[in-house]
Amino acid sequence: MMRFILGRLASIALTFFVVSVIIFLMMHAVPGGPFDGNDMPVSDAVKAKLNASLGLDRPLYVQYFSYMAGVLRFDFGIPFQSPGETVVDLLARAWPPSLLLGGLGVVIGAPLGILLGMAAALRRNTWIDYLASAFATLGLTIPVFVTSMMLILVFAVWLNWLPSSGWGKPNSWILPVIAYATIPMATYARYTRSAMLDVLNKPFVTVLRAKGLSERRIIFQHVLRNAALPMVTVFLPMFIGTATGSIFVEAMFRVPGLGAYFVSSIELRDYPLEMALILLITLMFCLAYLISDIVYALLNPRIRFGEGRK
Amino acid sequence: MTVTPALELRHLSKTFSLPVRNGWRTTNVDHHAVMDVSLTLPRNAILGLVGESGSGKTTTGMMAMRLVEPSAGQILVDGTDITAMDHAALKPFRRKMQVVFQDSYSALDPMMTLGQIVAEPLHIHNVGSASDQADQALGWLQRVGLDRSYGNRYPHELSGGQRQRVAIARALILRPTVLVADEPTSALDVSVKAQIINLLLDLQAEMGLSILFISHDLSVVRSLTDKVAVMFNGRVVEHARTETIFTDARHPYTRSLLDAIPVLNPRLRRTRTFLSRADLASRSPRLAQRDLFAPGGPSAEPQLVAVADDHFVEAIVT
Amino acid sequence: MTATMTAPRQRSPLYFAWRRFAANKAAVVAGGVLTILVLMAAFAPLITKTGPSDQSFLTQALSFPSGEFWFGVDDLGRDFFTRIVYGARVSLTIGFTAAAFSVLIGIPLGAIAGYYGGRADWVVMRLIELFSVVPPLLAAMLLGALTQGGFFTIVLIAALFGWVQVCLLVRAQIKAFKEKEFVRAAQALGATPGYIIRRHLIPNSISPIIVGFVLAIPLAMMLEASLSFLGIGVPPPTPSWGQMINTGMNFMYFYWHLAVFPTAALAITVLATTLFGDGLRDALDPTLKGR
Repeated sequence: MMRFILGRLASIALTFFVVSVIIFLMMHAVPGGPFDGNDMPVSDAVKAKLNASLGLDRPLYVQYFSYMAGVLRFDFGIPFQSPGETVVDLLARAWPPSLLLGGLGVVIGAPLGILLGMAAALRRNTWIDYLASAFATLGLTIPVFVTSMMLILVFAVWLNWLPSSGWGKPNSWILPVIAYATIPMATYARYTRSAMLDVLNKPFVTVLRAKGLSERRIIFQHVLRNAALPMVTVFLPMFIGTATGSIFVEAMFRVPGLGAYFVSSIELRDYPLEMALILLITLMFCLAYLISDIVYALLNPRIRFGEGRK
Repeated sequence: MTVTPALELRHLSKTFSLPVRNGWRTTNVDHHAVMDVSLTLPRNAILGLVGESGSGKTTTGMMAMRLVEPSAGQILVDGTDITAMDHAALKPFRRKMQVVFQDSYSALDPMMTLGQIVAEPLHIHNVGSASDQADQALGWLQRVGLDRSYGNRYPHELSGGQRQRVAIARALILRPTVLVADEPTSALDVSVKAQIINLLLDLQAEMGLSILFISHDLSVVRSLTDKVAVMFNGRVVEHARTETIFTDARHPYTRSLLDAIPVLNPRLRRTRTFLSRADLASRSPRLAQRDLFAPGGPSAEPQLVAVADDHFVEAIVT
Repeated sequence: MTATMTAPRQRSPLYFAWRRFAANKAAVVAGGVLTILVLMAAFAPLITKTGPSDQSFLTQALSFPSGEFWFGVDDLGRDFFTRIVYGARVSLTIGFTAAAFSVLIGIPLGAIAGYYGGRADWVVMRLIELFSVVPPLLAAMLLGALTQGGFFTIVLIAALFGWVQVCLLVRAQIKAFKEKEFVRAAQALGATPGYIIRRHLIPNSISPIIVGFVLAIPLAMMLEASLSFLGIGVPPPTPSWGQMINTGMNFMYFYWHLAVFPTAALAITVLATTLFGDGLRDALDPTLKGR
C-alpha cells in the first residue's frame, strides 16, 4: 500500500512538473508582454525598464527556476493587474465567492442527486425513473452556461423573482448555486441509480429479504454501503472542479471569483496570476485524484484483503 | 541411419512469475508450468500429448511454436535449433510449423473473409501474386471440405466444425512440416469430432505431416495417434506407442486417466482408481534396476526410465 | 472426399447492433434531429435570405421574431435566423473536424499502449494523466489567448482535449483482443507487430473508434462555444453560437430573442449529438457503458 501511495505521488509530482514547464513556456512563447496593450502606451525605453524591473528580460529558464523556487515558498509573485498586493492575497480575496457558491452547489446538489437516483432505482420504470434519468442526462449534456442562461431568462428576466447578478445579498446567490448544483446532482443521480440497480439485483439482497429484514433496513444498511464506493471516489475531483468556480457561471452572474480573475488575467497578460491559477488548480486536481485513488484502494475490500491466491 | 525428427524438444522448462496479493503487499510466486520436458516428434507421425488441465501440455505446445518463450531448454525443427533465433531469422522457420487452436471462433479474425484468412499466410510470406494467393486459398477451402463459394463468407456465418476446417486450411496452406494441434476437437460435438479427426488423418497421410496432438480426451487420442506422451503437473510421466499406453500403462497417473474414460457397457466397467494429487506425488512407481529395459543407476528422485522398447515411465529406481 | 456443406446463414453482429439502436427511442430521435441540423447547415444558403454578416436590416435592428424575420433581427441589423443557421455550420464543422483529429491522435497512441504494454503503456498513461489533470477549459483559454483564436487553432485545441477518450477506448479494445487466438495465429506465421496492429487489431476496434469519434463531437462543440463566449474563439463576424450568447446577455432583459435562440440551438445540438453517441455506444457494445 505504501508503495502504491509513493508511486502515485511520484507520478503526480512528475505530471505537475511537466505541466508547470509547459505552461510557463506557453505563456512566454507569445511575443508581447504586459505592457504592450494599447491602454497604456509607453515608449520602448520605458517598456524595457519596466520589463527589467519585473525580471522579464532574464533568460527563460532562469525565470522559470526563480519562479518555482518562489512557489515552493508559496510566493507566487505580484499580479500585474493589481500591484498593491501579492498573488496569494488576490487569490485569497477571489476564492471565497467561488468556494461559497460552488461548495454550496455541490453540498446541495450531491445529496439531492443521491436521493433522486435512489428513488429512480427503487421505482424502476415508473415515471419517477424516467424523469430522473432524463434529468440526469440533461444535466450532464447541456453546458453549464446554457443552464445558467436559461435560469436567468426564466427566473430573472421573465418571472423577475430573483436578481441575475451581483454578489452582495444571499438573494443573488440562489441562481448561481442552482447552476452549480446541476452537475453534481446529475452525476450522483446517474451513479446512484446504476450502482443501486446493480446491487439490488444481487443474490445477497434476496437472501436478506428472505431473512425478513425490512426494506428500509436493507436499503440503508446494506445496499447503500455496497453502492457507495464509486460515489465516494468521484466526490473529491467533482468538488474541486466546482469549488474553483466556473468561468461561465461567474461571467454570467457577475461574480468576482476565481473564474472572473482568470479571464481578466488572460486578457491583461498577467503572467503571475495566470500561472498561479493554473498551477494551483492543477495541483488540486492532482491531489484530488491521488486521494480518491487511495480512498478507493482502502475502501475496496477486494483490494485490501487480497483476491486469493492461485 | 536415423532420420532427423521433425520436431525435437529437449529439456524444456517454463516458469511463470505471478504476482500474488497478500494483504497490502504483493509478492511474486513462481509457478513451474513445465519442468524438464523432452519429446521427439518423428517425421510423418502423430504424437499425442495428454494430461488434465494445468498439466502444462498447452504451454509445451506453445513453446514448441515459440509463441511462449521457454525458460530453459531447446527446440529443434528439422534438426535446427530455433530456441534463440531473432524475429528475422525465425520467420522462414515459421513456415515449417503451424498451429490449430481449440477455440475456432477466436482463432479466426471476425473482420476478414474466409478467403482472406486462408490466404493470409501466403500474404505474410509473399508467396505468389495476389490472385494466385486467392486461388490457392479457395483450393484449400475445397480440400478441407468447404465449397469454394465460402471464400466470401465471414467466420460468424459458420458452425464450429466448419471454422475448425478453415483453421486447418490456414495452418496447412504453407505446407509445414509440423502441425501443433491444441485440443482442436474439444469444443466440437461428437459427430463433428469424428469428421475433423478423419480430415486430419487424410491430410496427414497425403502430406506426410508430423502432428503434435494435444488433448485431454483419451478416446480421440487412441484413434489418431502413433505415440502418446502423458503429462502431469508439468512433467512427462509416461510415453510409449499408443497401443502400449492403452494396454500396458505402468504409471499410476496414466492408469487413473484410462480408468476415467467412460465405458458404456455396464458389464465391462472396471473398478476405477482415482488418485488425488497428493497420492500421485507420493506414488511414483518404484522399480528395481533389473526391471529396466535399458540399464540405469538407482535414483532417489523420479526420472524417466525405459521399461520396454520405446516405453518410458517416470519412476524411482531402487 | 470433398463434401460440400451448407450452413444456415447466421445474423451478423451488425444486425443486432442496429436492432439495439432502434430500440433506444431517445437515440433515434436524436439521430433524426442531428440529420436535420446537418442538412440545415449544409443547405444554409438555400433556406436563408441573406448572408450571415449582411447588415441588411439596420432600420429594423433588434426586432422581435415575426413572420418576416423568424428569429428576429440582431443588434447589428442582421437576420437572426440566418445567423443561427450559419452558426450551426461553424459548430458542426468544428465539432466533426476536431473529433476527426482526436481520433487520428488517439488511435495510434491507444494501439501502442494496448499492444506493447509495459513501458509504452506507462508513457501513454502519463500523457493521459497530463491531459486529464489540467482543467481543459483553462488550458484551452490559455492556448486560445496565445494564438489569437482563429478557426483552425480551435479545431486543434479541441482535438487536443478529445483524444484521451478515444485513446482509452482503443487501448482497452486492443488489450482485450491481443490475447485472442487469431492474433497468436498471426504471430505464429511470423507477422510483425505493426502488421498485426494494422491488419487485425485496428479493424476489430472499429466500434470503439466510432463511439469515440461521435462522443468527441459534443465536447469539441462545447469547447468552441465556450471559447467564443469568452471572446477568444471564432472571431466575428463569423457567427458562432457562443459569441451570440455573450452578446445576447447584454440585451437579455429587453430583447430576449438574442439570448434564447443561440442558447437553445447550442443546447439542442449538444444534446442531440450526445444522446446519439450514447445510443451508438450502447448499440455497438453494451459493455462499454459505465466508462
